[in-house]
Amino acid sequence: MFITCYNDTLFPATGKAVVRVLERLGHTVEFPAGQTCCGQMHWNTGYQAEALPLLTRFVEQFRGAEAVVVPSSSCVAMMRDHYPKMAEEIGDVKLKAEVAELLPKVFEFSEFLTKRLGLEDVGAYYPHRVTYHASCHGLRNLGLGDGPQRLLRAVRGIDLVEIAGLEQCCGFGGTFAVKNAEVSSAMLAEKTNAILNTKAEACTACDNSCLMHIHGALHRQRTGIQTVHLAEILAGE
Amino acid sequence: MSGTALDPRTAPTFPMAAKTMMGDTQLRKNVRHATDVIQAKRARVVDEMPDWQELRESGKQIRQHTMEHLDFYLEEFESNCTKAGGVVHWAKDAEEARRIIVALVKAAGATEVIKIKSMTTEEIQLNSALEAAGIHPYETDLAELIIQLGHDQPSHIVVPALHKNRQQIREIFQREMNLPELGETPQDLADAARQFLREKFLRVTTGVSGANFLIAETGGVCIVESEGNGRMCLTLPETLITVAGIDKVVPRFEDLEVLLQLLPRSATGERMNPYNSIWTGVNPPDGPREFHVVLMDNARTEILGDAEGRQTLNCIRCGACQNACPVYRQTGGHAYGSVYAGPIGAILTPQLQEMHHAQSLPYASSLCGACYEVCPVKINIPEVLIHLRNKVVKQNGMLNAEALAMRAMGMIFRSESRFRAAQRMGRMAEAPLVRKDGRGEGWIGWLPGLLGGWTQVRDLQAMPEETFREWWEKRESKEVASGN
Repeated sequence: MFITCYNDTLFPATGKAVVRVLERLGHTVEFPAGQTCCGQMHWNTGYQAEALPLLTRFVEQFRGAEAVVVPSSSCVAMMRDHYPKMAEEIGDVKLKAEVAELLPKVFEFSEFLTKRLGLEDVGAYYPHRVTYHASCHGLRNLGLGDGPQRLLRAVRGIDLVEIAGLEQCCGFGGTFAVKNAEVSSAMLAEKTNAILNTKAEACTACDNSCLMHIHGALHRQRTGIQTVHLAEILAGE
Repeated sequence: MSGTALDPRTAPTFPMAAKTMMGDTQLRKNVRHATDVIQAKRARVVDEMPDWQELRESGKQIRQHTMEHLDFYLEEFESNCTKAGGVVHWAKDAEEARRIIVALVKAAGATEVIKIKSMTTEEIQLNSALEAAGIHPYETDLAELIIQLGHDQPSHIVVPALHKNRQQIREIFQREMNLPELGETPQDLADAARQFLREKFLRVTTGVSGANFLIAETGGVCIVESEGNGRMCLTLPETLITVAGIDKVVPRFEDLEVLLQLLPRSATGERMNPYNSIWTGVNPPDGPREFHVVLMDNARTEILGDAEGRQTLNCIRCGACQNACPVYRQTGGHAYGSVYAGPIGAILTPQLQEMHHAQSLPYASSLCGACYEVCPVKINIPEVLIHLRNKVVKQNGMLNAEALAMRAMGMIFRSESRFRAAQRMGRMAEAPLVRKDGRGEGWIGWLPGLLGGWTQVRDLQAMPEETFREWWEKRESKEVASGN
């Protein structure tokens, strides 16, 4: 498992849930201790030179893995969309070949379940009213489609309600949320309104980054609505 | 919005301008409504096309191929246009283009011109140059007329008055056309514009247009439009002057088969444009007797020289990215400080300025990718945004607060032990800011400096007491201890 830097630091419950689900399905989880960050923040903000060594680090940590499961679609999108180009930039032929070999084995968590394992029902129980937020990177860059919703529909006890404007960005966008705080806030207001309209108790997604953003506003407004990563719902029993 | 032209050299930064625009409730309502309507129309006519993705790929290939051989196709266009009786002029920048056009209008002995909607003429601020030379330009596209009479600026590539609603347009017409009794139905407004314009079409003998496409193979020029005003401007005047960026060329006539399917569906949600005009040189005794084309560079060859930024020039100005963009949806077009607003503006404008101005625009995006998804020629706008951000970072050097923080983070991520230390230090550093909420969870309601933007409208959950890796290691050591 590649937990990603912000999940490791801020959302350990998501990592524990991924371990729980995968072990329940009979898989062995390994956690290479030297892993840190995929480089997305640096790359997307324009600090490309800082991002390059993180690609090398990722390859060193995960070479030889049967599959790399990542509970973050934006980090997987970063790797799929940019790692080949970054390897090109570093100019190391061996690294380029390793990246080409490793990338097809890297899966976003829900994608690993639906596409690699072909599963929908992972034996979960979660008796709450939930709405699913499709993160932009999962939706557009990874093409997750309705995979996450199929996993959720198979959860026992769940009351899954669809949100209006599913394709609309929540306004996080990494450093966008602080560099363009005003616009980001306006985008977030549309998203939280849509969530409130579903009367859900919790909003879920494949990305804790979006959820951190959405939860930040839901908490500030004292709505009482929680956010929970998809893995944590699937780990429920 | 004042009559001051949108000029990236003097415009405020995007976050500042966005803040101002977002204070305008009416504008936000108008922009949301208009973009919702156009997006729904586009989705209908795109979904009915079984080969839309193949068409997009063809469009991309045509544009990419053209850009790779631009010098060849431009010369072919010049030669064929000249053979057909047109006169081709080359302008290296906006100033030269303005000078050539003003001189041509003067040589025709005209003091007025009728204009077809053209973003290129907006880019070079042609109207103010004409006025300074004593020549009055009349915009004949309904939306451009609204902008001109309202002393306003365009806020969208295709629908430049999208930020105005019917009542506001009525007020402008009442005032500027002196029609105090004017009604507010679309019919009333269209009638008023028709009467106002018809007289200009019949009187003014010089026309100025932009171009949607320049066809190298034939030397022809193509313009598509919805109102028929363009057809009037192309056929009634004695002198016609077309100004186009050098990126507007396409190799063959049959390339229009692809592009004229992609453009109207993406732009206005129409299967085809009501008016498609293609003309080649002069054809006595019909149409204009004199035809000039001004081919303008204005930093386009600079963009062409940048392998990663080059795809920006593939744009066919459909505006679909603007309608799809959640940022544009909140701010409207004027916040971008350029006639090219929205995602395409965020990549085109800084490059047209050769990265000397508009450095905040590459950051005016959450990189959600909605623009790339709808782009009819598959310009990967998020990729270009990131490329331009890298250029801005290099320009700014490494001695500012953000760069130093980013460098420090880079150092941290390059080492496991530094990463662990940073996780521990983060918990200590945030401790004074954390408050418990009703559930007993720790939350931060205020952050200093650069991070303060976050806590304007959001709280931030405090870091958990244990990171994932700490939990994992405890679990592993327990398993070892229990002999598992």
